Amino acid sequence: MFNKEDNALLDDNKGTTRREFIVRTSAFTAAITIAKYPVKTIVDKINQPEAGNVVVTINVNGKSKTLEIDARTTLLDALRENMHLTGTKKGCDRGQCGACTVLVDERRINSCLYLAAMCDGSKVTTIEGLGTEDNLHPMQQAFLKHDAFQCGYCTSGQICSAVGLLKEGHAKTDDDIRELMSGNICRCGAYQNILDAVKEVQNA
Amino acid sequence: MDSIIGKPIDRKDGPLKVTGKAMYAAEWNIPNLAYGITIQSTITKGHINNIDTSAAEKLKGVLGVMTYKNAMQLHTLSGSDPSSGKFAEKDLLPFQSERIFYNGQHIAVVIAETFEVAEHAASLIKVTYNEEKPVFDINQPEAKIYQPQQGLGGTQVQVKRGDAEQGMSNASTKIEQTYNTPVYHHNPMEPHATSAVWNGDTLTVYDATQSVFGNKNAISTMLGIAPDKVRLISPFIGGGFGSKGFMWANSILAPMAAKFINRPVKIVLERTGQMFTCAGRRSFTIQKINLGTDNGGKLTSVKHETTSETSFVDEFVEPAGVATKMIYATPNLDITQNIVRLNKGTPCPTRAPGEAVGTYAFEVAMDELAEKLNIDPVQLRLINYAEKNPDDGHRFSSKNLKECYEKGAQSIGWSNRNIKPGSTKEGNFLVGYGMATATYPANRSKATVRLKLYQEGNAVAACCTQDIGTGTYTVMAQVMSDALGLPIDKVEFKLGDTIYPQGPNSGGSQTMATTGPAVRAAALTVKSKVIKLAVADKKSPLYNQTEDAISVDEGKLFVTSDNLKGETYSQILTRAKMPLVETEITTNVSTRETQKSESNPTTKQGGEQGGQGQQSGGQQGGSKDESKDNPFVKQDQDLDRSNVAFHSFGAQFVKVLVDPLTCMIKVDKVVSIMDVGQILNEKTAKSQIMGGAIFGIGMALMEGSVYDENTGRIVTRDLADYLVPVHADMPTFDVQFTNVKDEFISPVGARGAGEIGITGITAAIANAIYNATGKRVRDLPITPDKLIV
Repeated sequence: MFNKEDNALLDDNKGTTRREFIVRTSAFTAAITIAKYPVKTIVDKINQPEAGNVVVTINVNGKSKTLEIDARTTLLDALRENMHLTGTKKGCDRGQCGACTVLVDERRINSCLYLAAMCDGSKVTTIEGLGTEDNLHPMQQAFLKHDAFQCGYCTSGQICSAVGLLKEGHAKTDDDIRELMSGNICRCGAYQNILDAVKEVQNA
Repeated sequence: MDSIIGKPIDRKDGPLKVTGKAMYAAEWNIPNLAYGITIQSTITKGHINNIDTSAAEKLKGVLGVMTYKNAMQLHTLSGSDPSSGKFAEKDLLPFQSERIFYNGQHIAVVIAETFEVAEHAASLIKVTYNEEKPVFDINQPEAKIYQPQQGLGGTQVQVKRGDAEQGMSNASTKIEQTYNTPVYHHNPMEPHATSAVWNGDTLTVYDATQSVFGNKNAISTMLGIAPDKVRLISPFIGGGFGSKGFMWANSILAPMAAKFINRPVKIVLERTGQMFTCAGRRSFTIQKINLGTDNGGKLTSVKHETTSETSFVDEFVEPAGVATKMIYATPNLDITQNIVRLNKGTPCPTRAPGEAVGTYAFEVAMDELAEKLNIDPVQLRLINYAEKNPDDGHRFSSKNLKECYEKGAQSIGWSNRNIKPGSTKEGNFLVGYGMATATYPANRSKATVRLKLYQEGNAVAACCTQDIGTGTYTVMAQVMSDALGLPIDKVEFKLGDTIYPQGPNSGGSQTMATTGPAVRAAALTVKSKVIKLAVADKKSPLYNQTEDAISVDEGKLFVTSDNLKGETYSQILTRAKMPLVETEITTNVSTRETQKSESNPTTKQGGEQGGQGQQSGGQQGGSKDESKDNPFVKQDQDLDRSNVAFHSFGAQFVKVLVDPLTCMIKVDKVVSIMDVGQILNEKTAKSQIMGGAIFGIGMALMEGSVYDENTGRIVTRDLADYLVPVHADMPTFDVQFTNVKDEFISPVGARGAGEIGITGITAAIANAIYNATGKRVRDLPITPDKLIV
C-alpha cells in the first residue's frame, strides 16, 4: 500500500523539514500517522485553520509540556512564543541561517523548519536546557572563554549545533568543523573563536 | 598594581548570551501581546488604488488592519543626527498617504492574536495600484544625477586641494580606472523588531536599535507626545552594522498599531524580502580614480569621483572619497561626489560608510600604480606616507602606521610574494599576496554617566548607550574597575534604557571612545569623594593624609608609601553611615573636524557646556550633574585639541589560494595590524577586527544585491540568494595592535575599533587575487566566473 518514499517518511519523520512535510504529505494524506496525529489531520488543520488547534506534548529540556496550538505553529515559534523559551532565535524563518538550531532527540535541526505538531512525543533540548549561568555546559563555557560571539544572537544556535556536531562524531579536522558548522551564520564574524571553542570541547 | 586595562577578560554579558538569557527586542514576555505583520507594496512607483482588508478582518483572531486610511497622523521629524533621533526616510512617514516610492514599502500592518493568524490574514489582503513608471536604474535616461552639498553629519564630500588637473599633467606616471561596488545589505542576525506597550498616555518601547536615546526622541516627536512619556529599552541588540543606526518604520508602526487596537503589539521584520527593502542598505558605488606620480612614485595628483544612489524620500550619501583626502600626502586633490535619486528604499550607514568601499577602490588603484611604477606596494605607501593630516595640516593625535606595515609584512611572509603575478604555485593552487592601508576617523562626542558606589563595596554606573556586540558592557566595567580600584566582579555597567543619562549612539565607532572618559571621570570623582571623607575622619587610618598620597587596589584605600595604613570603601561608608556615594558627570569633546568650529571642545566654553549639565533625559533623575569645575572633567576637556586630527590606521595583509581550473578563491590568511590607541580588552578588540575583516571577505568574494531590471524589485531577497561568509569560507586570522595610548583623544587613550577592520581588507584580497592570477577584476564581488573569462 505504501511506496518506498512513504515508508521513508514514516521511518525518518524527524529528519523531514516542514516544507518537505507539507509538500510530500499533501499527495498522500490518507492513513499516515506521525506521532499521535494522522498526517491528514495536520494538513487539514493547516489548510482550514478554523478546524481548530492541535494538542501536542513535547518533552522540552527534561520537562513534559502539553500545548494546544495552531497546527501551523513551527517548533521555533512554539518555543519562543508559547513556552517563552526565547534563547532559541529566529533569524530567517527559512532554514537559511541556523540561529534557531535546537536538538530534537539529540539531533541538531532548524526549529523553524519543523512544525511543533511533528515533535509530539519528541525530546527537545534548547540552549536553556544545556546549562545555566551558574552551571554552564562545557560548550557554553568554551564559547565564553574564546569570545565565540559578539552580539549573541546566533550564539544559541551555534552552541546547539556544536553540541550536535560532536555527538555526530564526523569532524576530524579544522576544515571538517568549519564545513559541518556552515549552516550557522555569524554575521559579527566570530567563526575563528567558535572553531577554537569547539576544538577545546572536542579535545577535552 | 596590575591594571585591568587591556586584559582579555571574558565578556561581562557573556554568561547571559551563552545561556540564551539575554533579552532582545522581540523576546519580552508582555501580557496580552498581539502580533503585527507588515505587508509591502509590490509596485515600484505610483499610488494605492484600493486596499481590500475585508477578508483578513473577518478571520478569527484578527484584531485589526492598519493602513494609510485609518492610521494616526504623525508629526514630521526632520532631524539628521542619529544621536538625537533620525528617521531613515524623512519624507515618507509610514501610512500617511497612498503614495508608493519603492518596491517593498510598508503599506499595511495586520494585527492578530497569534503570529500564524497574522501571517494568514496578511495573505488575504488585496491591493490594487495606479502604477507609474519608476526610475530604479542609474542607466535609465530619466535618472537625474546631482552633486550633494554634504554627507551625514556635515561631512565634506566635495573636496578640492591645489590644482588636480595641473598636478595630473605634470605627472610622469598615471593611471585611470573605474571600480564598481554593488548594493550590500547589512543582514544583522536579529531582524529589526519593536514591541510597544501603552499604559495610559505613556509608552514603553522595546526596540532593536543602535540609538536608544535617538529613537526615543524620534518616536515621541513623531507621535507628538512629550519625550518623558516614552521609555525605550534595548539592553541587547542582535547586530546592527549601521542598519539599526537610523530609525526605520517598524519602530513607529508598533506604537501606532498598539494604540490602534489598544493592546501591546510586536512587529518583527521578516528576513525574506523585508530585511532587504525596509531596513537600509549600502548604496552601490561607481568610483573613477586618477592617480599621477613623479618618477619616484610620489603622488602629484589624486582624483576620486564617486557616484552613489539615494531615494526620493531622503538623501543619504555613500562618500567613498572620504578617506582619500587624508590617507596619503598629495599636493593636488579633487574629490567629487555624485548622487542619483532612485525608486528604492533609502540607503543608510553600513559599517564604515564611505571608507569601506572607498578604501577598496583607492587601495586597488594604488596596487595598480605600484605595478606600473615597478615599486613594491608597501614601499609605494611609505613613499607617500602622510606625517601630518594632508587635509588640514594638523598633526595626528597618534599615528603608528609604519609599524603596522612592518609587522604585517613580516607576519604574512611578504618576502614570499612574487612581483610577477600569476606565476607562483603552492601545490595545485596559484598563490597570491596583497596588502592595503586601513583607516577610519576616531570619533568622540558627548556622554553623561551616573555612578554609584555602595556601602557593600560594589559600584554601578549607567549611561544610555548600546552594546551591539562590541563589548561596551565589558570594557566600561574595566574602565570603572581601573579608576575605582575595585575588582572587576564588583563593578557593573548598565546601558540600553532611556531612564539612564544620555550617551552616544553606536555609530562612527564612537561608543567606547565617548563613554569611556565619562565613566572614568565619574569613577575618579566618586573615589575622590570617599577619600575626602576618610582623610577628614579622625577614626580613619587615612586621617590627615593628602588626597594624592592615597592609592586604591582591590577596594582598599591605603597610603601609597605605607600600604598597611588603610581601609576599604566599605569601612569608610559604613562608619559614615552612608549607603552610597554617587555622582553624575558629563564629558563633551568632539573630535569630528566638521563640528570643531561649531562647539569647540577645547575652549572653556566646551567645559561649561558639559558642566551646565543637560537634563540627562532620565526619568528617574536624582543625581545632579557635577561636571562643572570637576578636575577630572577639566583635565580632559581643557586639553588643546584645536590643531589635532583624530584618525585610526592599520595595515591589512592577505594571502589567497586560487584553483587554476575552477578559479575558486580561498582566502588563506588575513593579517590585520591595527593602530587604534590603547586597547581596553584585547579579546573583544580582536573579535571586532576579525568581524570587520569577514565583512570584507563577503564584499570581495560573494556579497551583492541584485534588482530586477524590469521592475526594480529586489531579487536577492533572502540568505539563500544573498550570500554572506560562513564557517567554511574562513581563513586563519592574525590580529595585532600597536596598543599606543592616544594622549589626545581622552585620558582613557582609546579610539574605536568597530569599523576600521572592514577598511582596506577588500582591496588587500582583490590585490592578492591579482597577484595570484594576473587578472584584475574591478567589479565586486570577484566571483570565479569573472576570473575564468
